[in-house]
Amino acid sequence: MAVTATTETGARPARAGRRPSGPAWVGTVPFLGYVGVFLLFPTGIVLFNAFRNPAGGFELSSLSTLGNSAVRGFFVGSIELAAVSSVAGAVLGAILAYAIVAGNPDGVVRRVYLAGSGVLAQFGGVTLAFAFLAAVGPTSGFLIHAGWFYDFPQGISLIYVYFQIPLMVLVFLPAVDGLKVQWREASENLGASAWQYWRHVGGPLLAPAFTGATLLLFANALSAYATIQAWENQIAYTVPQQISTAINSEVGLSNINEADVLALGMVIMVVIIMTGYALLQRRAAQWLR
Amino acid sequence: MSKLVAAAKKEGTLNVIALPPTWANYGTIIKDFTAKYGIKVNSANPDGTSQDEVNAVKQENGTSAAPDVLDIGQAVALANTSLFAPYKVSTWSNIPTAQKDAGGLWYEDYGGYMAVGYSSKFGTITSLSQLLGSKFKNAVALNGNPTAANAALNGVMMASLAQGGSASSIADGVAFFHKLKAAGNFSPVSATGATIKAGTTPVVFNWDYLNLPSYVGVSNWKVFVPPNAVLGGYYAQAINKNAPHPAAARLWEEFLYSQAATGGQNLWLQGGARPVEQPTMASNGSIDTAAAGKLPAVSGTPVFLSASQAAAAATYLAANWAQAVR
Repeated sequence: MAVTATTETGARPARAGRRPSGPAWVGTVPFLGYVGVFLLFPTGIVLFNAFRNPAGGFELSSLSTLGNSAVRGFFVGSIELAAVSSVAGAVLGAILAYAIVAGNPDGVVRRVYLAGSGVLAQFGGVTLAFAFLAAVGPTSGFLIHAGWFYDFPQGISLIYVYFQIPLMVLVFLPAVDGLKVQWREASENLGASAWQYWRHVGGPLLAPAFTGATLLLFANALSAYATIQAWENQIAYTVPQQISTAINSEVGLSNINEADVLALGMVIMVVIIMTGYALLQRRAAQWLR
Repeated sequence: MSKLVAAAKKEGTLNVIALPPTWANYGTIIKDFTAKYGIKVNSANPDGTSQDEVNAVKQENGTSAAPDVLDIGQAVALANTSLFAPYKVSTWSNIPTAQKDAGGLWYEDYGGYMAVGYSSKFGTITSLSQLLGSKFKNAVALNGNPTAANAALNGVMMASLAQGGSASSIADGVAFFHKLKAAGNFSPVSATGATIKAGTTPVVFNWDYLNLPSYVGVSNWKVFVPPNAVLGGYYAQAINKNAPHPAAARLWEEFLYSQAATGGQNLWLQGGARPVEQPTMASNGSIDTAAAGKLPAVSGTPVFLSASQAAAAATYLAANWAQAVR
């Protein structure tokens, strides 16, 4: 203890020093620079190129690609996959989050689940596809006569749910934590049944957070590429897959302009979704401070 | 030739791109080239596509990292001739006229026939229609998406020919894969050496030289070329007109087209690919007969897609492939 105390006192003068001089926004410069170089700049290039024709002139006609029925099919595929995997992931993840909160707040179970979720929410790509191939694929001996795991969107959704559930746990857990025990006790004292509690108190309180988290999962599934590219390699179902085909097709179908227009469509979808997410988060935050 | 060797040695380096070491013996070819001339070979993005090669030429233009030489599919070669420098190797007259650009902008190098590689646990396959049977559940894969990968497009075209179609239309092949999907036998998973070893893609449509047991890395692997559907495909060489190492690039081409026992043509043959000068080499006796004897047997006249046939097939696939196999 003595050692710790010395260290703390020793460290204090440095920490207790005055705030460095300079305007407050200086500290955000590295972050904004990073976002600028790796997010805003590439997005700007995509927007710029989407309005250009292959000859280099500017015109809106390249956007007509978005009206093409085959191209609409890729957007429908992306939305189907994102919807199925985000709703399934959100429902299962919410149940898991509730179960974790119901347990001991300092217990091992909670810590293991949170640490596990933090890792698994980032587990995707070719490794995940291959892990599933080994687990449920034709040679696993499991589900051997079922071809549905190669069918779109249910097969690939099953795989996406693997990283959607942990992500849901991470983003939804604070909301469930915010439900005060006293509210439940109060409604029980007033004679409310469990159903009435959820219908009139818990449900409305969690609804904005739940919908917002579902939207986040939706955007997460929308942008995933490597997993589906390994799983459904021979057919393009989603927009990111078709962007890849438009960039590197070696059979004469490569069209950079189409790739930019498809990317523009993705940017628009993500902007809409994330705006909805931000609005819902703001509403959820009113109750869960 | 000696002046070329001296100039290339002075440059000391050669940039190549999209040459997997296990593909058509490229690992040995690169090693032998370096051993013979003392020129260092930088191999970039070994698993890239032909289009990736052309994209690299454009994006890295003028830098010392730009690719010097390209090994690309026919469609990409024809669409990008403005990027190439003409060059005629000393064995130019041994390349069949139909397999080179008259001006020397590109020249086919090696190729093979579209084949069905399969695990020997299925017994012996003698006809493509067997693949519709129930023992091939979730088993049959192409090498990529046919709207993007040349090998996959040719896989579908081969199925088309086997159904009695002509090279002018790929529709019968798409219909075959539709039936395969309906039977539950089509596997959309990316077929790689790893999935073949794990047994998850036990039947793969691919070029015969990429379907050899030695290439896929499993011993119980057989290759079948349908007798009525011998579809050939060749890659082509081209030199970047702004190559950072122009002499080394030309020396590399001379090495690849050399008919010597240790030259590129026989090295490709030892990798299971059919070198473009093979007919001449068979008649002048310079061919490695042991390696030639190991090539999968084919019967029937090989068919080669013309540029317009390949373009028509790609257009049809762009509109119909995804719907047919969903």
